[in-house]
Amino acid sequence: MTKAEMQAEKIKEISGTDPYKCMKCGKCSASCPSFDEMDIKPHQFVSYVLNEDIEALANSKSLWKCLSCFACVERCPRDVKPGKIIDGARQLVVREKGGDYLKADEIPELLDEELPQQLLVSAFRRYRR
Amino acid sequence: MQQRIGVFVCHCGSNIAATVDVKKVVEMLALEPGVVHAEDYQYMCSEVGQAKIAEAIKEKQLTGVVVCSCSPRMHETTFRKCAERAGLNPYMVEIANIREQVSWIHKDMEEATQKAVILGRAAIAKVSLNTPLKAGESRVTKRALVIGGGIAGIQTALDIADAGYEVDIVEKTPSIGGRMSQLDKTFPTLDCSACILTPKMVEASANEKITLYTYSEVEKVSGFVGDFTVDIRKKARSVDMSKCTGCGVCQEKCPNKKAPSEFNRGLNTRSAIYTPFAQAIPNVPVIDREHCTKFLTGKCGVCSKVCQAGAIDYEQQDEIITEKYGAIVVATGFDIIKLDNYGEYAYDQSPDVITSLELERIMNAAGPTKGHLERMSDHKAPKNMVFIQCVGSRCSDGRGKSYCSKICCMYTAKHAMLIRDKYPDVNVTVFYIDVRTPGKNFDEFYRRAVEDYHVNYIKGQVGKVTPEADGSLTVHGVDLIDNKQIKMKADMVVLAAAIEPNPDIRKIATMLTASIDTNNFLTEAHAKLRPVESPTAGIFLSGVTQGPKDIPETVSQAGAAAVKAIGLLAKDKLLTNPCTAQADIMACNGCSTCANVCPYGAISYEDKEVRGPGIREVRRVAVVNSALCQGCGACTVACPSGAMDLQGFSNRQIIAEVDAICR
Repeated sequence: MTKAEMQAEKIKEISGTDPYKCMKCGKCSASCPSFDEMDIKPHQFVSYVLNEDIEALANSKSLWKCLSCFACVERCPRDVKPGKIIDGARQLVVREKGGDYLKADEIPELLDEELPQQLLVSAFRRYRR
Repeated sequence: MQQRIGVFVCHCGSNIAATVDVKKVVEMLALEPGVVHAEDYQYMCSEVGQAKIAEAIKEKQLTGVVVCSCSPRMHETTFRKCAERAGLNPYMVEIANIREQVSWIHKDMEEATQKAVILGRAAIAKVSLNTPLKAGESRVTKRALVIGGGIAGIQTALDIADAGYEVDIVEKTPSIGGRMSQLDKTFPTLDCSACILTPKMVEASANEKITLYTYSEVEKVSGFVGDFTVDIRKKARSVDMSKCTGCGVCQEKCPNKKAPSEFNRGLNTRSAIYTPFAQAIPNVPVIDREHCTKFLTGKCGVCSKVCQAGAIDYEQQDEIITEKYGAIVVATGFDIIKLDNYGEYAYDQSPDVITSLELERIMNAAGPTKGHLERMSDHKAPKNMVFIQCVGSRCSDGRGKSYCSKICCMYTAKHAMLIRDKYPDVNVTVFYIDVRTPGKNFDEFYRRAVEDYHVNYIKGQVGKVTPEADGSLTVHGVDLIDNKQIKMKADMVVLAAAIEPNPDIRKIATMLTASIDTNNFLTEAHAKLRPVESPTAGIFLSGVTQGPKDIPETVSQAGAAAVKAIGLLAKDKLLTNPCTAQADIMACNGCSTCANVCPYGAISYEDKEVRGPGIREVRRVAVVNSALCQGCGACTVACPSGAMDLQGFSNRQIIAEVDAICR
């Protein structure tokens, strides 16, 4: 297995989704609030995984522009859940960097009272180990 | 008696022979006790193959035949008939399914061959215990029942009547006509739906061979192919059909006009006494007792006062009609799905988000807006319209239907074209995933919408529709070809909601013991070769009850279902399956367990004199009506004393098969 193949498998494993189920309807991209800021669009995540072009996915801005709002996950008619795929890709990058994350104990003192809880949840999704 | 069994192993071309060592199977099975002949051939079902079987039966005086081939569903009848022609009782033939159960599902030749031998052994063990059986005869009632009075049911009934047989249509609503009567125009020719449907409705009503039971439902079905007994509930119309002249004054004068109109999909209201639409057949109104002031408060009676014919009858009761039928055709049609699961399209939030069927009513001259295209919220003409395809179709996320509804691409092209033709100022955008237009002149039709009428087709789904404070709608979509997100204003949004079988079908299928798939479509006896028959004998499928289809397909299928029903009605007698249950009265203790599990009501109890060694007494014992028994075997397993046995599948035979497999 090549590295890319292994990474693609890892993303499928972490996300728990099956990119083969995608029928390319684009509802994910239609729903995405960060669409304009993304270089690789939500509906493309699926084909990047299928084509095992993980390097491009890992280096894309989209990884860090996704708000983890999960609108695409909610609305995907095929249960492919592109939001989870990008979550998986993010995890992969974070894991490969290794140790580049906050410890749970350090979080409370960094919190701002004004911080919307949604953002916090989203941050956990993004940066959790 | 010494058994003389012949074994015939089929290659099925390479279907079996590529995975199973056929020669080895012959070699092994030839060693089994009682086997006096074993051979293989490329196609046992061919004339040459059958001749080999017939020859062996005659030459070797075979008492039993085992064919190792495909599923008995395919060729059991073929080989039974072959045996019969050669002078052997057809029920002395057993099939070992070494194709579907072996070669098609295994890859390893050694394992597959071993399994084929084991299945062959089981069949030999069974055939050794087979007894010659003789099929009985049952009569055929020369009358057909059609459940559902839409275009499918009407066409089937007309065709059956045309062949000279009596046929009854049972329709739940007050009029025949079905979904097609709600449509405005029909693709791909754009002829007016009512103009082509009403002549057929009139024909069905005028045909003396056809009896219409409208506002009626099938209540109970018993019996079997050729001899069904059906209870039909004629719901109380509260109007005497023999007196009513259809003048319509009652509907005009009815003071309670607040009931939502089912025919107009709830877009407007109707009177409590109503016919669903102007061309309704029969043209006799019904009183909707849930909305009628007279029934709700006891005070009113206006319709009765204005009716010159004295046809109003508030006392009318439901009536049960019992009729016998030889064949039953199911044509219960479809509805569109409820959109509760699709909050993102704002169907519940805005009256300007409508379904395509609602648009049909809006476009129709007899509809709630008299055919003017307008928004339901403020009755203003829309400037921008957006159509969203595949709403609830092709969904595997549990919210919608996994299948393609098939008709939406074409009716949306029709709607788009009609709107652009009548209102050239209106911009029409269609968000699609795929445009699917297989069918004669179908793709040309869709291309006309794009090329001649400049309908804006965008490949991409809509994520959500937001109702704005100013009354407009914002559509958030995507253009996958341009790779751009689209946010556009719309005055009206039309959803191509998935179609689903009429929900009543579950109840009806249960009554008919007809099988149904996970989507509630009725299952065909064979997906390709018997598409209009149910696996339950005597039940036929017409229209969308079998699967999504458009009007031309529905009409073709309705005709096909009629031909199959006619083929049955034309027979004077039917051969019955002799593999029925029998009770051993010596063992039966009259506990009723078998009668309770019998799905066909074939078991009753009689007091019979039982004589045996030292016994002479009258006992209450089970008796099977072999005409009703379908040989399912439920009673044989349920019987606590082992008194029930199924001919052709006796407990001894089954155990012998198991023993042979475990040997």
